[in-house]
Amino acid sequence: MGNIVLEKVNKCFGDVEVIPSVDLDIKDGEFVVFVGPSGCGKSTLLRLIAGLEDLTGGKIIIDGVDVSDSTPAKRELAMVFQSYALYPHMTVRKNIAFPLKMAGMDQAEIDKKVEAAAKSLNLTDYLERTPGLLSGGQRQRVAIGRAIVRSPSAFLFDEPLSNLDAALRVNMRIEITDLHKELKTTMIYVTHDQVEAMTMADRIVVLQAGDVEQFGSPLDLYNKPVNRFVAGFIGSPKMNFATGKDAEEFNAHEIGFRPEHMTVSTTEGRWKGVVSVAEHLGADTFLHVKTENAGTFVTRSDGELNINYGDTVYVSPNTDKIYRFGADGLSL
Amino acid sequence: MARKVSIGRKVGFTALAWTLGCLMFFPIFWMMLTGFKTEVGAIASPPQFFFTPTLESYKDVIEQSNYMRFVMNSIIIAGGSTLLALVVAIPSAWSMAFSPTKHTKDVLMWMLSTKMMPPVGVLVPLYLMLQYFGLLDTRTGLVIIMMLINLPIIIWMLFTYFKEIPSEILEASRMDGAVLWKEIVYVLLPMALPGIASTLLLNLILAWNESFWTLNLTASNAATLTQFISSFSSPQGLFFAKLSAASTMAIGPIMVLGWFSQKQLVTGLTFGAVK
Ligand SMILES: Nc1ncnc2c1ncn2[C@@H]1O[C@H](COP(=O)(O)OP(=O)(O)OP(=O)(O)O)[C@@H](O)[C@H]1O
Ligand SMILES: [Mg+2]
Repeated sequence: MGNIVLEKVNKCFGDVEVIPSVDLDIKDGEFVVFVGPSGCGKSTLLRLIAGLEDLTGGKIIIDGVDVSDSTPAKRELAMVFQSYALYPHMTVRKNIAFPLKMAGMDQAEIDKKVEAAAKSLNLTDYLERTPGLLSGGQRQRVAIGRAIVRSPSAFLFDEPLSNLDAALRVNMRIEITDLHKELKTTMIYVTHDQVEAMTMADRIVVLQAGDVEQFGSPLDLYNKPVNRFVAGFIGSPKMNFATGKDAEEFNAHEIGFRPEHMTVSTTEGRWKGVVSVAEHLGADTFLHVKTENAGTFVTRSDGELNINYGDTVYVSPNTDKIYRFGADGLSL
Repeated sequence: MARKVSIGRKVGFTALAWTLGCLMFFPIFWMMLTGFKTEVGAIASPPQFFFTPTLESYKDVIEQSNYMRFVMNSIIIAGGSTLLALVVAIPSAWSMAFSPTKHTKDVLMWMLSTKMMPPVGVLVPLYLMLQYFGLLDTRTGLVIIMMLINLPIIIWMLFTYFKEIPSEILEASRMDGAVLWKEIVYVLLPMALPGIASTLLLNLILAWNESFWTLNLTASNAATLTQFISSFSSPQGLFFAKLSAASTMAIGPIMVLGWFSQKQLVTGLTFGAVK
């Protein structure tokens, strides 16, 4: 079981309030991703759940038990750190066995579990090496191995893939997703990579300055952002915004429209502008269009588009895909 | 980084290093030499470099005093105080390195500042306290005093070594279910072993050679090798050969220890300096 509830969780470092008040209810077996800009408190929130930081206020309840004052050991969660945090003086075998040894399991049982975990993570050939002799990807797998052997009630990941190169990241992302499908254990995953968040999560928590802006499924966040911040944060390239007369026309203080919901034409359209950057990625083409009176917009069209730097174009948003915001930033 | 050093400079530096080394070693060498002379030979002028060595002084020294008792006392007091200090210092350094508060820096500075005070300043109060507890001239009393005297240095050294260890690794062990003592024993200590070993060695040497407290707080029962040497200086007048023989015997054990652990000492003491 791994149902994790946060009630009015508050955290201050000295006089600095990092997490004002967070309420969350993470269901058993759910894959939840925390995203948000750097410094918004993602790691702090995760470490509070782990028990590595003390709460300043509020409660954390795991499977109905208030663990607010419990040590990390008592919470029975497993964590994978960005730096892997393997024990450098122990072999891979001992690293993976460590949590079992701490739990006082007998040696034969430990060996069996370690072998099984190593096999599922392709680490069998490396069991007798120390972590210093492994590649980044292998170290990451050892860290995951160390987390899964103990069958914890939930896994916590803090940007586990950010030290890996792009190709390996994609592989590990899939491995972790597969792992979740197989184990069906609650996972909380911190990242600032949009793609990781959108592809892995059952539900995403968007944080800003320690506040939960929205908690919902990836498509919910994409289609129905509750406010301007979430709208601008989710989606890549970012949503375009316009104010003033353009917004008033839609009865809003500000309107937003995604790059993929815009049409580009050489003859007619809502805004006339000049292409300041043209990114031809093959499958897609991104244009940054500097309009005469509404700012710069980014558009996304298919790869065939034959428009280049310096060209004059007309861009228009698809009117049925417009997001409207009030003066307070909330969606209308 | 391979930097070209000219032959001339290499020779110059080597010569300088050897000269300094010899200068520092000479008094010890001379002392060892004098121990094998007769009392007359020891004060001969001009000094004798070539002479027929004799074990006369060593024989006298051993006959006149109970060398082994002093050695045992030195071992117990230096070793005991070092081990006891480590037991206290490891948790203290752990807490200062891994869960510092606003005042950690002040505490560290305060500890260091106790070493800036001349020890005579606290001699009388400490003497009276030991007397009150009946610990004057006892090994227990000396172990406690020596432990307290060297504690600041030990904590400082361990603190610097612990600082080098990424706290995430300790946090990982906490997540893996390690309680505090297991975290320290299974994770922190093995990782800090080189640092702990050199702290231990250095402190053994310091405690072995310490003379102020041992001379002032012991008379006979707990007297260490420093007492042993000094007993050959004043009451006997200037018996240089015997004094030299006694001194050589006093520093012998610690020199042997230092010799065999020099590699460990150097790596430990330069730990962190060269990354
Ligand atoms: N031990 C600490 N003492 C004081 N302030 C801290 C401490 N740890 C974190 N903070 C502050 O809390 C805020 C949130 O930090 P946190 O590490 O949770 O951010 P984050 O969202 O994980 O950022 P990133 O994406 O860069 O990892 C930051 O402003 C940081 O400076
Ligand atoms: Mg972080």
